[in-house]
Amino acid sequence: MSITVTSQTAALLDAVGAQGRPALMGYLPVGFPTVDRSIEAICAAIDAGLDIVELGLPYTDPVMDGPVIQRAAEQALAAGTRTADVFRVVEALKAHAPHVPVLIMSYWNLVLKYGVDAFARDLAGVGGAGIITPDLIPDEGREWIAAADEHGLDRVFLVAPSSTPERLQLTARASRGFVYAASTMGVTGLRDEVGAQARRLVADTRAAGAEHVCVGLGVSTEDQAAEVGAYADGVIVGTAFVRPLQGDVAWAERLDNLQAVTEKLAAGVARARKDA
Amino acid sequence: MNDEHPLSDALTGTLAHQVLGRLSEQPGPYFGEFGGRWVPEALIAALDELETEYRKAMADPAYVAELNRLHRDYVGRPSPLTEVTRFAQHCGGEAGNRVFLKREDLNHTGSHKINNVLGQALLVKRMGKTRVIAETGAGQHGVATATAAALLDLDCVIYMGEEDTRRQALNVARMRLLGAQVVPVTIGQRTLKDAINEALRDWVANVETTHYLLGTVTGPHPFPEMVRELHKVIGEEAREQILERVGRLPDVLAACVGGGSNALGLFNAFLDDPDVALFGFEAGGEGIESGRHAARFSGGAPGVLHGARSYLLQDDDGQTLPSHSVSAGLDYPSVGPAHSWLHDLGRATYRPVTDVEAMDAFQVLCRTEGIIPAIESAHALAGAIQVGTELAAAGKRDQVILVNLSGRGDKDVATAAKWFGLLDGETSEGDQ
Repeated sequence: MSITVTSQTAALLDAVGAQGRPALMGYLPVGFPTVDRSIEAICAAIDAGLDIVELGLPYTDPVMDGPVIQRAAEQALAAGTRTADVFRVVEALKAHAPHVPVLIMSYWNLVLKYGVDAFARDLAGVGGAGIITPDLIPDEGREWIAAADEHGLDRVFLVAPSSTPERLQLTARASRGFVYAASTMGVTGLRDEVGAQARRLVADTRAAGAEHVCVGLGVSTEDQAAEVGAYADGVIVGTAFVRPLQGDVAWAERLDNLQAVTEKLAAGVARARKDA
Repeated sequence: MNDEHPLSDALTGTLAHQVLGRLSEQPGPYFGEFGGRWVPEALIAALDELETEYRKAMADPAYVAELNRLHRDYVGRPSPLTEVTRFAQHCGGEAGNRVFLKREDLNHTGSHKINNVLGQALLVKRMGKTRVIAETGAGQHGVATATAAALLDLDCVIYMGEEDTRRQALNVARMRLLGAQVVPVTIGQRTLKDAINEALRDWVANVETTHYLLGTVTGPHPFPEMVRELHKVIGEEAREQILERVGRLPDVLAACVGGGSNALGLFNAFLDDPDVALFGFEAGGEGIESGRHAARFSGGAPGVLHGARSYLLQDDDGQTLPSHSVSAGLDYPSVGPAHSWLHDLGRATYRPVTDVEAMDAFQVLCRTEGIIPAIESAHALAGAIQVGTELAAAGKRDQVILVNLSGRGDKDVATAAKWFGLLDGETSEGDQ
């Protein structure tokens, strides 16, 4: 490939890795519970130790998400969240913390409808790092791969424990920034343990040519973050970040709870490679 | 080809550029710009395994023989072709039009759905999987899946929108009688689309032991191609039957289109006969202008949902819009990619039929022929009335109209009784 793109996310993963730890990446949906509050929440998480933001676009049919994130997306949509809101949120986050890469996590029809190239252009325009694509495989990604090159964005495809060696290679080759390894077969949510298959998948994905591999799905506790962070470049947490923001308590208290969760997970990644 | 026929012009003009070979043999994953595999990577291995097993099975005389045996001895195929002369009076009968019904309603379990289900269930056994999951809207596909699971000793879980479990309570009971677990889906719009979301989530988590027995010609490759192949027997039988009965091909085919499996099953054997006009009837609900409908071709635009690119009801942001229909089986915001392809090629025509039009046709068939159709199929009957009447008005004579009566109406008796006010203490429109 003749185009050279510097990956914001890879640079951060390298910098954090040089400090002897993996990165902590957190998922929160845009517009949950409102657009402005989602900005507040993510800024609070960044202040509490979040390294990379995974900003979810709420979608009506999130087939890779469990009930907690489904409900959050439903609430965000009911509050009137639109695709274009994501750019305002990225801009606000970059103003708050210029060094923190912000990736969009979106089901693909939303990007298709906006226009793949237009979305990439507008995302790059506000300093976004790239897009994580849970229901887009590289085989269908020709338009996005070209747009990501054109606008200098990371394209993060997923691998799963069921991926064959050929598909790991294909996906590693198509990805930039990192490859998102789904720790288990299933949807987002809390799990008692992150299986041994996650470790194997990370090793296999590296062997297939990926420079950086981050692990998501089912990681929710400090200990899990430490365990996964021992072998992955980054630990991705979703449901455990969304949950503190739900419920009936006052917003300030919810933000405190989110920060407490973030600090615990940050402590987990900080000791990930010291335990071993 | 007949050069004076406008459809033939359209065919020669477009198909040469877009189609390799015959329309009826178009392989997946793509139907023109539609279809594909817009799914999480976690499912790719299972889809590849399914495609491999399906291709092996189709070439295996033992599989084909077993499926044929089940069709004959268990389903009751071939399903009859019934000429409906009294109903035809409502379809331009004064111009000599004749109407024939392909009686998929007489199949075991009461609809065409069983054709696909048995084909896939035999594949499940070949793959060594022990559990099937399925979505269902009207309940017909769920009942068919529960039936095949009982017959072939498979664990069975059916996802059904909570709203649909209410509309189709009888079918919920049938599935449970057959030993299936029915899971009401309580998120989203609580109809077919949400049931598919939930089935996909289950499949991702349990794909090693579980087959997702998708019920229509949608979804990621190989489903649209495979399900068409398993339903094309409808059209193949109908073609032979109509040739025997009237000595020529029909002028018009009519079928209802939700996901589109009964329509494609009927159309496929006629796709390469350009003089046969193909009509698919979508749920027009309360009318396109009301916004409460499931008319993807009149009110939608291409997009991606549930693994396939196709026409889709979506808002300006690409969020899926709620669909509406009196018929649970047509209440789905997207449509099989092959239909989108046939639509854009101009090979098939898709029109909306409103709830009222469908229920009127439902009643006409009951009263003229003693056949209670599924409300889904009543959309095709309403379409036949419209097209037959239009052809007669345009001066055409002796048109042969073939309608796919895809299901029987037992499950819809409660809905129809309420609609027509047939319960005690209510006024009956039919008696007026």
